[in-house]
Amino acid sequence: MAIEVHNVTKRFGSFTALDDVSVTVKDGALMALLGPSGSGKSTLLRIIAGLETPDAGNVSIAGQDLTAAPARTRGVGFVFQHYAPFKHMTVYDNVAFGLTVRRASKNEVNERVGELLSLVRLDGLAKRYPSQLSGGQLQRMALARALAPQPKVLLLDEPFGALDVQVRGELREWLRRLHEEIHVTTIFVTHDQEEAMDVAGQIVVMNGGRIEQTGTPRELYEQPVNEFVMSFIGPVNRLGDALLRPHDIQILPGGDFASGAVEALVRRVVHLGFEVRVELTLPDGRDIWAQVTRETTAELELEEGQILSARLPTPRLFA
Amino acid sequence: MSPGPVSQALERHSPRRRGLPAGGRSATALGNGLLAGYLSVLVLLPVSALLASAASGGSAAFWQSVSGPEAVAALKLTLVASAIVVVVNALFGTLIAWVLVRDEFPGKRVVNALIDLPFALPTVVAGVVLLALYGKGGPAGIDITFTRAAVGLALLFVTLPFVVRSVQPVLIELDRSMEEAAGSLGAGSWTVFRRIVLPNLTPAILSGAALSFARALGEFGSVVLISGNLPFKTEVGSVYIFNQVENDNVAAAASVSVVLLACALVVLGAMTWLSRRGSAHGG
Repeated sequence: MAIEVHNVTKRFGSFTALDDVSVTVKDGALMALLGPSGSGKSTLLRIIAGLETPDAGNVSIAGQDLTAAPARTRGVGFVFQHYAPFKHMTVYDNVAFGLTVRRASKNEVNERVGELLSLVRLDGLAKRYPSQLSGGQLQRMALARALAPQPKVLLLDEPFGALDVQVRGELREWLRRLHEEIHVTTIFVTHDQEEAMDVAGQIVVMNGGRIEQTGTPRELYEQPVNEFVMSFIGPVNRLGDALLRPHDIQILPGGDFASGAVEALVRRVVHLGFEVRVELTLPDGRDIWAQVTRETTAELELEEGQILSARLPTPRLFA
Repeated sequence: MSPGPVSQALERHSPRRRGLPAGGRSATALGNGLLAGYLSVLVLLPVSALLASAASGGSAAFWQSVSGPEAVAALKLTLVASAIVVVVNALFGTLIAWVLVRDEFPGKRVVNALIDLPFALPTVVAGVVLLALYGKGGPAGIDITFTRAAVGLALLFVTLPFVVRSVQPVLIELDRSMEEAAGSLGAGSWTVFRRIVLPNLTPAILSGAALSFARALGEFGSVVLISGNLPFKTEVGSVYIFNQVENDNVAAAASVSVVLLACALVVLGAMTWLSRRGSAHGG
């Protein structure tokens, strides 16, 4: 179901967490709310879920205005940052909770919980307690619990934040597949641009309680509307007011001044596995860095102290 | 004895679970020896002496002392009053802890400090305080002296902090997002309380209740002034024991003491077991 947020403002004391924010999420979409901490992304998610009340504006789900509706009547599945497991209940009872409060019959509960546990690959762990699960398992249990009452929308607050890197990658992949399978409109909050670009089809970039830009990962990367989006969504070099992407800087053998290349001194060559980071000093004394492939590095025999040519791309200027 | 927050913390930090460095062994042995000696002098020896004294006249004498009508009446009053006090404490203690943790109101810190007053006050002073308020000619215009209600009131006063202080830290630590999760899954506030909050508080409520029961069983100072100590009516176990000692009937005093001691141990044991069971998977 589609989610519409219109002109929502939320203040905590003198701090404005959200300032006149509007977002539309299409039915069946998988959207990321991306921003640094304090940007208002979690607050927006909590307002959609009904866990926080906006000072102004309204929220509707599937065309129904739910601004004044309490969380329990919204039909929203929410996965908390630290999963909020019911510690005193088994995995089975955790997942069954949303069904038992609706007084579903025992058979119905049994069937649905079994279905969900196998969907999140936790079959066989039904009788465990949360304290006996790993972080990744807890996360999947929280997801199954949120999905049990068949919510209209699924909201996830920093779903991968508390996991270690390897598990995070696996779960990212898995969440994307799950979304393809069940097609419930999903919003997740993250501060990690790579995660947002990897998982979501649409990204809303937030900063200081406002929306900076909305678009597909590619649109945000290639046509950022301002300096914040450009620097948040990928690495940048700053030359005065101009911003350049490090991988747009082309490195040529010394003395090759074709199409406006300039002389550059190699300060440092850092091997980061697949890519190589070359730190350069320009003739005017400014420092930049370029991202090049291992092939280029080998071809040009890059090393410290070498003087070569660098062709800078047309920089982006945001007034 | 009870798995309150302190003993749970101790258990968490016990050297057994952390693994001791090699040189720590003799220090542990010394520590254990000191603990055993200290506990022996303070607890084990007196209790043994009590048991010996109670058993000195043989089982027939013991039985006679504890089944005498006045002793039975005193024990019964003590047990019933303590049981009522425990139930009231469990309810109101939890409620007070809830308000102190979850609500904001002016003077909250003062109220919070006030909860400990019954602990800080010498119990006889507590008795005097109650007498001044609810005694003959008191400002409240209510005279409950020499009634069983007075016994209950005095016990409630001195046991007030137990449940409050055991529930409070647990409630502070309780993950609020669990309640939010339950709410977003469709649970109303009563269901959230019953199915999420209460099960997480139960071990603390039980341990506070057990402590207040044990305390109520033996309470003397606050009760002795306001109850009038009328045999068969307002005379509690501890006062009965005191009177027996006064009348040089030490064996009878010891026998009734043993019964009170046994009751306290049974209740502490039962509550410990219950709350262990309840929190087995709470970690």
